[in-house]
Amino acid sequence: MQQLIFQSIIEALRAVGRFWLFIHDFLLGLREVRIWASLLPGQMRRVGVNSLPIALFISLFIGIVLALLSRYIFTGSVPMYFVGTLVGKSIMMELGPVLTGLALAGRVGANIAAELGTMRVTEQVDALETLAYDTHSYLVVPRVLAATLMFPVIVTLAIAVGLVSGWLTSITLLELSTQDFIKGLRQFYEFKDIWFGLVKSTSFGAAIAFLGCMKGLTARGGAEGVGLATTQAVVAGAAMILVLDAFWAVLLL
Amino acid sequence: MIVFRDVEKGFSGKEILKGFSLEVRDGETMAIIGYSGTGKSVALKHIVGLLAPFKGEVEVDGEIVHKLDRKGLRALRSKIGYVFQFAALFDSMTVEENIALGLQRQGLPAAKIAERIEESLLLVDLVGTEKRYPIQLSGGMRKRVGIARAIALRPKYILYDEPTTGLDPVTTAMMDLLMVRVKEKLGVTGIAVTHNMKSAFTIADRIAMLYDGKVRQVGTVEEIQKTHDHVVRQFIEGRPEAAAAEAADAGLQ
Repeated sequence: MQQLIFQSIIEALRAVGRFWLFIHDFLLGLREVRIWASLLPGQMRRVGVNSLPIALFISLFIGIVLALLSRYIFTGSVPMYFVGTLVGKSIMMELGPVLTGLALAGRVGANIAAELGTMRVTEQVDALETLAYDTHSYLVVPRVLAATLMFPVIVTLAIAVGLVSGWLTSITLLELSTQDFIKGLRQFYEFKDIWFGLVKSTSFGAAIAFLGCMKGLTARGGAEGVGLATTQAVVAGAAMILVLDAFWAVLLL
Repeated sequence: MIVFRDVEKGFSGKEILKGFSLEVRDGETMAIIGYSGTGKSVALKHIVGLLAPFKGEVEVDGEIVHKLDRKGLRALRSKIGYVFQFAALFDSMTVEENIALGLQRQGLPAAKIAERIEESLLLVDLVGTEKRYPIQLSGGMRKRVGIARAIALRPKYILYDEPTTGLDPVTTAMMDLLMVRVKEKLGVTGIAVTHNMKSAFTIADRIAMLYDGKVRQVGTVEEIQKTHDHVVRQFIEGRPEAAAAEAADAGLQ
């Protein structure tokens, strides 16, 4: 039992060590601008354009459900224009960034981990290094920066779609006028509602891509190793989103 | 010159190299032979710094590989071409993009890169495959592209990791002739890891047998062919009954 605890502690310390070493190498990789800058636009396109459909699909339904949910909560007790308030605040500050982030943890995180994991087990990463490229400059930095820059853009569009679907639901199913919906939307609006969600989504993008790269590049074995790395990237990415969500709430609210 | 000095390396508690020492002279082709899993590829990876020894050192042109900083390691790698066991071509790139990648890193102008690609593909008899992806090539063609990628860099050293594994006899013979041609045309120093004795006798100036983590014998092709060392004889003659007898002597059966 004692040995098991000792081994677990050693393994945990090793994992922390690997994490910090990865960050160290990432920061050194940032210095080779000439390499990652040329790869960044392609990665931004991959992360951004390819992730939009799922992000917009999710936010479309969030808007509908939130509008219906707020009618259920408010009927008879609170003026109905608060539907706009609840839909706006919820989507901008919490559900837009978090649910989009969780969906993209699966799409982007899994994609990165599977791609880099396959490159690792087929020796393509070794080949890259023997061609005098730095793995972090070439593979990690462009992916992490692309996700960091594109996540706020995706979330902004997702928020817009969520608000529109919430408004359409309100005027068609809740018999709420557009003026009332906008009145509710503006009732307690602060600029912070927007930037709070965008700050969160930026950190989500960085965390998901970083974990995807880390898990992918440490994949071992063959197909099973790549599968394991991909699963770990998605699980770790989703967990990190929730941790960061709480972190930003404590820090900024 | 490449020198291994008492190199020790292992994985997951298992010792692989146990004091491996070998000297590869400039201009020669050294074949490292030995049973599967004896650490031939592990030894090769130490030369380009993909692995670092637990003990001992690997010296290339007077520099100790595991003591080099990132810049030094990059400079070292730029003079070594590495041909991987399964080619390790970048599957998202065409043949010419695969070859161009290392040349771009060397900072060559586009015209020079195009010229080098053409020359390299001519040398490996693959002119016309420039726009194909690795998935569209046979195993033998992929290995030849791997050689083209390595020689395009005009390296001082070229390392072949199991260059003929998995190929049919005719393609194997073609690969052997290709490696001889590369040496004659470019004058590179080569190290080939193989367990194919016919290949070793064709391409090598000297042969070293790796056995139980150390060099069992090293000598010219003729010396190895006439050796009286029973372990080396058993390996080059491919006699399983000798291996079984030795295992019985050791009490393993």
